Amino acid sequence: MIEIKNLSKKYKTADEYAVKDLSLNIQEGEIFGLLGPNGAGKTTLISMLTSLLKPTSGSFSIDGLNFQENKKQLKGIIGVVPQEYALYPTLTAYENLSYFGSMYGLKGKQLDKLIVDHLEIMGLSKFAKKKTANFSGGMKRRVNLIAGILHRPKVLFLDEPTVGVDVQSKNVIIDYLKELNGAGTTIIYTSHHLNEAEDFCSHVAFIDHGEVITSGVPSELIRNQTGAKNLEDVFLAIVGKGLRDYA
Amino acid sequence: MHKLWASTYKELLLLLRDWGGVAILFIMPVLLLLVITSIQDSTFKSFGEFKIPLILVDNDKGDVSKIIVESLAESNSFEIKAMDSEAQAKEAVFSGKEQLAIVIPEGLSVSLQSKVDRNVSGILARFGIDEDAESPKENTAIQTKEVRLYFDPVSQMGFKSSVKSGIDKMVSKIETESIYNAFLEELGEDGDEVIFETDNFITFTEILPVQNNKEFIPNSAQHNVPAWALFAIFFIVVPLSINLVKEKNQGTFVRLRTNPVRYATVLGGKTIVYLGVCLIQFTLMLLVGLYLFPLLGLPKLDVSGKLPTLYAVAFFSGLAAIGLGLLLGTIAKTQEQSAPLGAILVVILAAIGGVWVPVFVMPPFMQILSKISPMNWGLEAFYDVFLRNVGFAEILPEILLLLFFFMLTLLIALLYYRNENAV
Repeated sequence: MIEIKNLSKKYKTADEYAVKDLSLNIQEGEIFGLLGPNGAGKTTLISMLTSLLKPTSGSFSIDGLNFQENKKQLKGIIGVVPQEYALYPTLTAYENLSYFGSMYGLKGKQLDKLIVDHLEIMGLSKFAKKKTANFSGGMKRRVNLIAGILHRPKVLFLDEPTVGVDVQSKNVIIDYLKELNGAGTTIIYTSHHLNEAEDFCSHVAFIDHGEVITSGVPSELIRNQTGAKNLEDVFLAIVGKGLRDYA
Repeated sequence: MHKLWASTYKELLLLLRDWGGVAILFIMPVLLLLVITSIQDSTFKSFGEFKIPLILVDNDKGDVSKIIVESLAESNSFEIKAMDSEAQAKEAVFSGKEQLAIVIPEGLSVSLQSKVDRNVSGILARFGIDEDAESPKENTAIQTKEVRLYFDPVSQMGFKSSVKSGIDKMVSKIETESIYNAFLEELGEDGDEVIFETDNFITFTEILPVQNNKEFIPNSAQHNVPAWALFAIFFIVVPLSINLVKEKNQGTFVRLRTNPVRYATVLGGKTIVYLGVCLIQFTLMLLVGLYLFPLLGLPKLDVSGKLPTLYAVAFFSGLAAIGLGLLLGTIAKTQEQSAPLGAILVVILAAIGGVWVPVFVMPPFMQILSKISPMNWGLEAFYDVFLRNVGFAEILPEILLLLFFFMLTLLIALLYYRNENAV
C-alpha cells in the first residue's frame, strides 16, 4: 500500500537529517505505528507522506500514486489528522465538518448524513451546533479526527491522535479507528503512548535520529527482546533511557 | 465550483461570527469620512460661510487704515479683532492663541498721501500743467511704510500665501486710488465725474463644469467620499492578510494543504466575501454622503446618474486591494508582520496616490511614483466620475490597471505558495 524508498529530509537550518535514507513497506489494512522519542523524525516522515513537506531525496508511493504525478487523486484517497486542533474556533462542530467535507467533494444530504453519523459515533451530537472554541481538549480531538475521516480515506495518517485527551475520549477514538480499519482503511499512526500502540497497532517501527531502528509485530518485538514485558521495555532497550530534548 | 461556494460560505460565517471585527470594518470608515469631511468642509465653503479670526493693530488711524479695515470687512473672509499694541498681537499669534495679525504702521495715510501728491505734482509739472509744483528730486525722501503680518507658526504655506496675496492686492488698490484722487485734485476735477476708471480692466471668471444644464460646483462631499471610501476599501488589506495568517497559525491551513483543493479556490472564497465587504463599505459611504451629511450641515453628495460607474470603480478598486491583502497574507508568517506592514503599506499607497495631497503639487519624482499606486488609479477614476462627469469609456484605462494589479498580486501569491509548498 505504501512504499517508501530511501526517503530523506534535511531542514535548511539543521545540521543533521530529520529523516535519513528511510525505507519502509506498509501493507494494505495495517495499523502501522511509527514510534520514537521526541525529535526522532516521526512527524517529519508523516508530513512528507501527506504532502506537507518536500523530501530532500528519495521517493514514496501510496496505493501506486505519488504527489508529483497524481497530487489531486492522491490527496483524495488519504485522510490526515494533524497533531494540533486544525479547526475554526468560531465555527460550530457541524460547520467545521461541513467545510472540510466539502473540500473532499462531499455535498448535500450525503455530507449531512456523514457528519450526523460521525458526531453520533463520537458522542458529540448534542454539541453539533456549538462553537468548537468552547470544546474541551477531548471534544476538539474527536472533531479533529472526524474532519480527517469523513470522506472514508483509503489511508489515514494520524499524528498523536490521543495526546492530551481524557481516558473516555481516548477509548472512543481508538475504538472507532479500529472499526475504520476493519472496514478497510490502512492507518499510519504516531504516538508516545506505547501501551496504546501495543494494543492498537498491527505493526510498529521504532524510529530514532530519522532512521528505522527496528520494525515488526508488537508481540514479536516483545518476545524477541530479552527481559521485555511490553513495548515500552523494548523501546527503552533500543532507544535508551537518556532524555531527548530538542529545539 | 462547489468547493469555491463552500469556501465562500465558510469565510462569510467566520466574518459574521466576529461582530467586533465587522463593526470596525463598517463603522470606522464611516467615522473617518465624517471627521475628515467636517474638517475639510470649511476649505470648500465660500468665504461668507467661514471667517478667519484676524487681529488688527491700527497705529495709523487715518484714511488708508480706514480703507484697509473696510476692505478686510468687505471681503467677508475675516473676523476682525482690534488690538492696541503690536507686542500684544505678536505674543497672541506666536503663542498660537490667534492665527493672524496685521499691524498698520503709524503715519501710513500721511506718508502715502505725501508721496502720491509729490509724484503727481512732479508728473504734472513735467507736462507743464502745474508749474508751481516742485520737482520730486528737490524734496526730502519719504520713508517707505511697512504693513506687518504675523502668522501662527503652524499656519500652512497655502494659507499664508493667500493672505499675503490678498493684502498685497488691497495695498495696490489703495495706492492706485490715492494716485487717481491726487490727479483729480491737482487738475481741479469734480470727484464725482469719472475720467479714469480704476476698476480692473482684465478680470477672470472660473468656468465650472455643467451637468444637466446646471453649473456643477465641487464640494467637500464630492472630494472626500471617493478619497476616503477608497482609503477604507484598501484598508481591507489588513483584516484579509490577518485572516490568512490566522489560518496558518491555527492549523486549518495545514489541513487544507492535505485536502484536494487548490489554493486558488481557498483564496477565491476570501476574495468573494471581502469584495462584498468592500462594496458594502462603499454603499455605506455613499448613504452617509447622501443622507447623513445634510443632517450634519455638510454638503449632500451628488450621485445622480453616476451609480453604475461608481460601483464599477469600487468593484475593481476592491479587487486590487484584495489582491494586495492576499499576497501579504500569503507571504507573512505572523500577525505581527502582516498587520503593521499592511497598514503602513496602505498609508504609503494613499499618500503617493494623492488621497491627502493632490498629485500635481508633489515633487516630480513623487508624481512619477504616484502613477504606480493603485490608489491613484482608483482615485482618478472616482474623481473622473464624481467631478469630471465622465462615462465608463473614459475610466476604462484605470479600471484595467486595477484589474491588472489584482491579477498580478494574485499570481505572485499563487506562485509564492506553490514554491513554498512544492512536494
